[in-house]
Amino acid sequence: MVETALKDKVASETTGTAGYRVPYRVFTDPAYYRREQEQIFQGETWSFVALEAEVPEAGDFKSTFIGETPVIVTRASDGRVHVMVNRCAHRGAMVCREVRGNRPNLECVYHQWAYDLEGNLVGVPFRRGLKGQGGMPSDFDMKQHGLKKLRAGSVDGLVFATFSETVEPLTDFLGPIVVEQIARIMCKPIKVLGDQRQKVHGNWKLYAENTRDPYHASLLHLFHNTFGLYRSTQTGKSVMDASKRHSLLYSIAASNDDASDKKAYGDSRTFDTEFKLQDMSLLKGRQEFDDGVSLVILAVFPNLVLQQIQNTLAVRQIVTQGTNAFELVWTHFGYADDDAEMQSIRQKQANLIGPAGLISMEDGEAVEIVQRSIIGENDATSYIAMGGGSPDDADHLVTEGAIIGFWHNYEKLVGYEFNS
Amino acid sequence: MDRQAGGAKLKMTSATFDRLRLQQFASDLNATHAEFIDEDRLEEWAELFVSNCTYRVIARENFDRNLTLAAIFCDSRGMLLDRIVSLRKANIFPVHNYRHILGPTRIVSERGLTVTAQTNYVVLMTRTDGHTTIYNSGKYIDEIECDEDQSRFISKIAVFDTNVMDTMMVRPI
Repeated sequence: MVETALKDKVASETTGTAGYRVPYRVFTDPAYYRREQEQIFQGETWSFVALEAEVPEAGDFKSTFIGETPVIVTRASDGRVHVMVNRCAHRGAMVCREVRGNRPNLECVYHQWAYDLEGNLVGVPFRRGLKGQGGMPSDFDMKQHGLKKLRAGSVDGLVFATFSETVEPLTDFLGPIVVEQIARIMCKPIKVLGDQRQKVHGNWKLYAENTRDPYHASLLHLFHNTFGLYRSTQTGKSVMDASKRHSLLYSIAASNDDASDKKAYGDSRTFDTEFKLQDMSLLKGRQEFDDGVSLVILAVFPNLVLQQIQNTLAVRQIVTQGTNAFELVWTHFGYADDDAEMQSIRQKQANLIGPAGLISMEDGEAVEIVQRSIIGENDATSYIAMGGGSPDDADHLVTEGAIIGFWHNYEKLVGYEFNS
Repeated sequence: MDRQAGGAKLKMTSATFDRLRLQQFASDLNATHAEFIDEDRLEEWAELFVSNCTYRVIARENFDRNLTLAAIFCDSRGMLLDRIVSLRKANIFPVHNYRHILGPTRIVSERGLTVTAQTNYVVLMTRTDGHTTIYNSGKYIDEIECDEDQSRFISKIAVFDTNVMDTMMVRPI
């Protein structure tokens, strides 16, 4: 069964038929999901966990997930951000039961074991016994029973964490393209505008594909195409880092030429010259970046998308929930120095993104209609070939190369064949 | 209006009567809002709002923190209509039906014929698989211009407790 996918690939290499095939079972088989949790989320990767701006003051905390593991992100009194597993060292209770807040320390409600904001155990009730009875053994060493600490790192206000002691340093894991793009958007202090959470009934890797896919963006999303926010005719690129696990897709709306774009798109449902807005203030914007780039989708493996769509700025965090579901946590932000007009622009343009977003909502449906159709398929595969069928960068937007890059990386990290 | 029951007399003052009247207008307007959405009469739904209305659908986790990010934010009837045309002609979404269940509408304050009112709501959703689920639950905080002929929303905020949105939101709440 597993050999089929490899055979197809070998066959296409030898017969010269270009195109990459992904076996659909990777989206539905729990064995792959388990291996992903080990090899990816608990493995040699850095996962995004928070914006520094979400935990600005000492005592601030946020609870979130890396893969399926609940973690706490804190700003400790040393001023640094720490990340630890949200599980009491005693008998496994969840220590932090709120989504966010501010506390001087962390305390488990079950037996009041107390931890400082770095995860060190600082208090154990009845440690020395009560009225001369009980108590912990004499060799009990509190330093051995802290919350499991993760290595944490921050790049321009984006906090990442890893379970691995051996993974490459964060900036190497991200690579120069990702680091540069993060710096571009996170160029000055930000202000969090709020969060949105979207539960999508599909495998998380379908969203990884979707966010590495410049091919779909103007063909699924009418708002992108009709209003010229994104068209595959624009000046733009699809590029990956050296490992091909991360992807940058960017485009320049000013490169639109409505007449020739219309010609290129022909009768496409998504280029609808009849579709007009009564209130164009929705799309009012301001050029914020000197490079004129108006759309950036930066997919950072495994669980982050950093985006700029016109004047909307956001991070999207993928939280895996089994083979058939994930939660997408959108944290929208602006800059701390936004004037009133810019705040109003961002507020209106927020209608375009997020789970109710006039553009973004449709990706939820796209993922779900795949998941529903591939159930039970052990042998069938997808066929990915737009742009040539290889994991190559492109200096245009008519390609699926970055999707293939993602799968090349997946083959190395997880594999299509393993002893489960 | 007098009523006699077991010897006691219940008299309705004109102030009470006025209050009840406003409460009826506000309640009726919310019932109509729910009905028009559930029955896909969205173009008529937009007419329930004044032309320079505000309509906001916002997660409690943002509202409670005084953050402005809303799932849906419109500050004109034109923007409401644009969302409706988008639903009709542009957006790709799963087939679904809504069913609103509303709690009583409570007048929180009044200034002449303009009232602030609060109503709890639940939106149940049924998709093509035929299962009905609780899709979104919260409260409306409305500013309503009451009128004998047609009351209208000056503003409506739906603050929803359901912080995790199932798949997406294309239809007004």
